[in-house]
Amino acid sequence: MAQFMIRRTLYALVTLCILSLTIFTVVRLTGDPVTLMAEPGAQEADLALVRKEWGLDRPWPVQYADFVKNVVTGELGESFNYEMPVSTLYFQRLPNSLELALAATLISFLIGIPAGILSAVRVNSAWDHVGKTIALLGLSIPGFWLGLVMILVFSVWLEWLPTSGQGGWRNLVMPAVALGWYFAASLLRLTRSSMLEVLRSEYIKLARLKGLPAFVVIAQHAFKNALIPVLTLAGVNLVVMLNAAVIIEVIFAWPGIGRLLFEGIFQRDFPLVQGIVMLAGMMIVLINLIVDVLYAYIDPRIRLTR
Amino acid sequence: MSITTLQPTRSAVRTISAGLNRLRIGRDWPLLPLAILVPFVLIAAFANVIAPYDPTEPIPGAKIFEPPFWAPGGSMRALLGTDYQSRDVLSRLIFGSRVSLIVGVTGTLVAGSIGTTLGMLAGYVGGWVDQLIMRVTDAWLALPAIVFAIFLATMVGPSMWNIVIILGAVYWTRYARVIRGEVLSLREREFVKLAEIAGASRTRIILRHILPNVMNSTMVLASLTIGVVIIAEASLSFLGVGVPPPQPAWGSMLADGRSMLMVGDWWLTIFPGLGIMLVVLATQLLGDWLRIRLDPQQRNL
Repeated sequence: MAQFMIRRTLYALVTLCILSLTIFTVVRLTGDPVTLMAEPGAQEADLALVRKEWGLDRPWPVQYADFVKNVVTGELGESFNYEMPVSTLYFQRLPNSLELALAATLISFLIGIPAGILSAVRVNSAWDHVGKTIALLGLSIPGFWLGLVMILVFSVWLEWLPTSGQGGWRNLVMPAVALGWYFAASLLRLTRSSMLEVLRSEYIKLARLKGLPAFVVIAQHAFKNALIPVLTLAGVNLVVMLNAAVIIEVIFAWPGIGRLLFEGIFQRDFPLVQGIVMLAGMMIVLINLIVDVLYAYIDPRIRLTR
Repeated sequence: MSITTLQPTRSAVRTISAGLNRLRIGRDWPLLPLAILVPFVLIAAFANVIAPYDPTEPIPGAKIFEPPFWAPGGSMRALLGTDYQSRDVLSRLIFGSRVSLIVGVTGTLVAGSIGTTLGMLAGYVGGWVDQLIMRVTDAWLALPAIVFAIFLATMVGPSMWNIVIILGAVYWTRYARVIRGEVLSLREREFVKLAEIAGASRTRIILRHILPNVMNSTMVLASLTIGVVIIAEASLSFLGVGVPPPQPAWGSMLADGRSMLMVGDWWLTIFPGLGIMLVVLATQLLGDWLRIRLDPQQRNL
């Protein structure tokens, strides 16, 4: 187990190294970020001053070493506009994003899991077709458009819900549905295939042969085991939603990480953009590492195969 | 024409008809996806013939935010209404389909070619090449696709062809993973071993023996990627880092319509979104159909 953990951690570190190199290179891909950030008509002398202040006049390897140092110390550089460390800004917004992501996870559970179970238990029935339709629409209807349509229907026409901002549950419903929509479809498909696999197994046949009622077989025996991959996916999804809800947060004026990224783009605040992208990548590498280690802990087959 | 020159043509015809037979074209066509995709492609191709107005210029004499013709205040002049510059929504929708089609198809092609090539190299060559490619794949997969795309678009600058390259760079990783996995098992098969013994070069083995055998997976993945790429392009354009104005794209039309949502100007939001939804739905259905046709193992999934 220790060996597995060391190897897996090393992989994660290599992944982070490549990630930081990628981000570092992309920022400098089109010349230098200062030219990209500058207002039109800025003086060359001012640009040079900014370059010097940001250390962009130094050789690339030195700059990269600096970037890595910033990542390791956890500050990730300083935002241009806020004049604060990027990580401080990020963790200020994190609770808001977490609130939205948790609500979206709840929505995706409420839609995905019951529909997934029903379509697995009644394969090729009407229920299964409803499930397949939801899964298909989840992929085809962009979440942000769903959000816009909901604003139109529930805020403008029916005047039931506020259009934007943060507050009680009324503010949370629409962004959570818009964000959770896509993930509901992926949970549905995984629940269905996972349930199908479990339902075909020997111990379920035995439980049925014992004469247990169908409901007990499904709820107690099958669902519990089918849930493991589903919960894993939900955990990874949660971390993705924390970082990737850019458009939804913009549409609903939700002060989360996604909107911070959006502000960074429009204020041409490249240290902020670069830092948020790096933090997002780091969080996802970390959750993947945790999932892998937990799986290896539960299942010896995983940690023993190379 | 002599018999000898006809020979290869005849065998080519036979191959094609065998391929068509396998796809069972003509017997059970995927009617719904074709009913959406064929008009979509035709509209995109002949946009300049079909569109009633120039999509980037105001309609002379029209007001801003005119509703569609059937709504009170609408007129037959602008069938689906006008936008904030009194431009024709229908014409912009028609020209916008071009962007979605071009970015969707070429972005998928870029992603598919990079991913398939790297996947085959990683799987067949192995060793440090495999390690390098797969570690980069892992690292790039760690970024949420949309965040990565926004980041690249911000740094590279907006234009339609930049978006194509950016989306190709974001989505190739999925292909690389899948194709590498397939090649790992293909590599052990007898026909590859025999080709190696016969002295075929690595390049030849990859191109003649491996590539044809992974094409099915690439096609299935591609059919599922097109929709994802179309939505990603719309998202980037919506955020203002995609196709730059005044070129009409469905995503930027949604962004234009957003400010007027509060006063109930629904046509600016509903139509472009419906366009995206229908096209992506059709590509997904086509993908499902392809998967079932090309991969018998998936048939009962």
